Amino acid sequence: MSFIQGQDLAKTYGSGEAAMTALDGASFSIEKGEFVAVMGPSGSGKSTLLSVLGALNTPSRGRYLVDGKDIYALGSDQRADFRRQYLGFVFQSFNLVPYLSICENVMLPLAIQKMPSRRKRDLAIGALERVGLAGKQDRLPSQVSGGEQERTAVARALVNNPPILLADEPTGNLDVATSREVMEAHGGGADVSEGGGPSASAPIAGRGAL
Amino acid sequence: MNLKDIALLNLRRRKAKAAFVLAGLLIGVATMVALVGLAEALTHEINHKLEKYGANILVTPRSDQLSLTYEGMSLGGFSFETKELKETDLEKIRHIKNAGNLAAVGPMVLGVVRVGQQEVLLSGVDFEASEILKPWWKVEGAAPGPGQVVLGSEAARVLGLATGQELVIQDRRLTVSGLLTPTGSQDDGLIFSQVATAQELLGKQGLVSMVEVAALCKDCPVEDMVEQISEVLPTAKVVAIQSVVKGRMETLKHFKSFGMGVSGLVALVGSLVVLVTMMASVKERTQEIGIFRAIGFRQSHVMRVVLLEAALLSLAAGVLGYLLGLGAGELALPLFSQGHGAHVAFDPWLAGGALVLALVVGLAASLYPSLMAARMDPHEALRTL
Repeated sequence: MSFIQGQDLAKTYGSGEAAMTALDGASFSIEKGEFVAVMGPSGSGKSTLLSVLGALNTPSRGRYLVDGKDIYALGSDQRADFRRQYLGFVFQSFNLVPYLSICENVMLPLAIQKMPSRRKRDLAIGALERVGLAGKQDRLPSQVSGGEQERTAVARALVNNPPILLADEPTGNLDVATSREVMEAHGGGADVSEGGGPSASAPIAGRGAL
Repeated sequence: MNLKDIALLNLRRRKAKAAFVLAGLLIGVATMVALVGLAEALTHEINHKLEKYGANILVTPRSDQLSLTYEGMSLGGFSFETKELKETDLEKIRHIKNAGNLAAVGPMVLGVVRVGQQEVLLSGVDFEASEILKPWWKVEGAAPGPGQVVLGSEAARVLGLATGQELVIQDRRLTVSGLLTPTGSQDDGLIFSQVATAQELLGKQGLVSMVEVAALCKDCPVEDMVEQISEVLPTAKVVAIQSVVKGRMETLKHFKSFGMGVSGLVALVGSLVVLVTMMASVKERTQEIGIFRAIGFRQSHVMRVVLLEAALLSLAAGVLGYLLGLGAGELALPLFSQGHGAHVAFDPWLAGGALVLALVVGLAASLYPSLMAARMDPHEALRTL
């Protein structure tokens, strides 16, 4: 069985006449080590799919299985644990916490794990080095450039070494070479990336889905 | 980094909101501390006064006659010939249930004697007990020993006697050991001796005319003591001397309830300030909470961050509020206190109470906002960007 499986996933917002179907019977399977890009015009349901894959948005229909687990059959706490153990998120707008330094932002997923703070810091610094941000760990998000903010978000998604990396237009602010670097920093897992067009993601994606 | 660090860092960033919550709690705690501290200090002062006030319970033989004296003016014959108490009754008083609250028990033997052509009231008293029962007494000279007397200022003037001179009562020669400085009371016209001397001169061996009792009433109302003495001395009349101090005690009781009421009201307003501010803070942090949830924080983790912030602010408000309240109480004390030297003292219970009040109010008011934060749909939270 595939590592990630979507079975007839559908999501409808609202009800009655105002109902809006964002996702309609999506089925797919993704193996470990695969890199998948989801492409489509704006409003085609890419973000909805990503939020469903991110265990953040309960689908109206269908099943979503990871590692054999039916994610939306889990309770709220178990789903939070799943996100922590399996997922790394890179949000479209990076979503850094403004009052935390670059390093603290990267440490955020470790904040709820039992681990000496020294080790948390070492892991965060390691992740920052992998995205080329060594030496900027003590700055606030507002004190670095957009590209650096984005790389901070990537480092935060990678710090846990999650098997799945989800990215919403992850490298929109990065050139192709840097994007490749970033994606290579996450070796071995499954990557699902969503992009508005085939501009940045496509050249490095193993598989494109439209 | 852990949840506590996140809470601390957020507080540091949102200083204005943190200060607002802090102020809301601080004012509540400070008000409580100031009012309670003030009431305690005044109570302490009054208790101190009560101890100095002297006799507050009078034990006399039960008499069927009505008093013919008023404010020291005698309008008829003395009625001391009626009945007497036994000296052994004193022991009974000393063994009542609240005996620990007895500061002094002073027997008094009264009778009329003749000195030359003059009829004078002779009073046998326990001079040791008098120091507590009649703290305003000042003897120039010495307290009377056996065969000695002390004269009230008026008695000394009328009899024309001074310290060291002698007088004869019932054919007995007695020396004046000292004079009582004017008290402005009936005492000025009396001759005082030891109890045994007076009993002998008046032929009242083993009897006393009345007993004055000084009771410390910090923990027990005078009425209880009166009842207890009445029980052991069924034939005696036991009366509590109503005093100004008691009225003041009553006022203080009202002040205490008023203080509690005001403190409660201010704490309520404080909790509303905390509630509103924390709700606004949580709303403002919607995106952040969405991130927390997306990267795997459980609902309880989010709740803990919010409550940790509230707890940190509450603790700070408790400590600062206590100090502020103490200062305010000290400043306000002269407005209420009659004497000097009263202080709002450090009271570990009040300090602990201030901390507990701050924590309870702060956490209770933050409970709903923290639940709101925890229950936020992470997907919705992230969509509001």
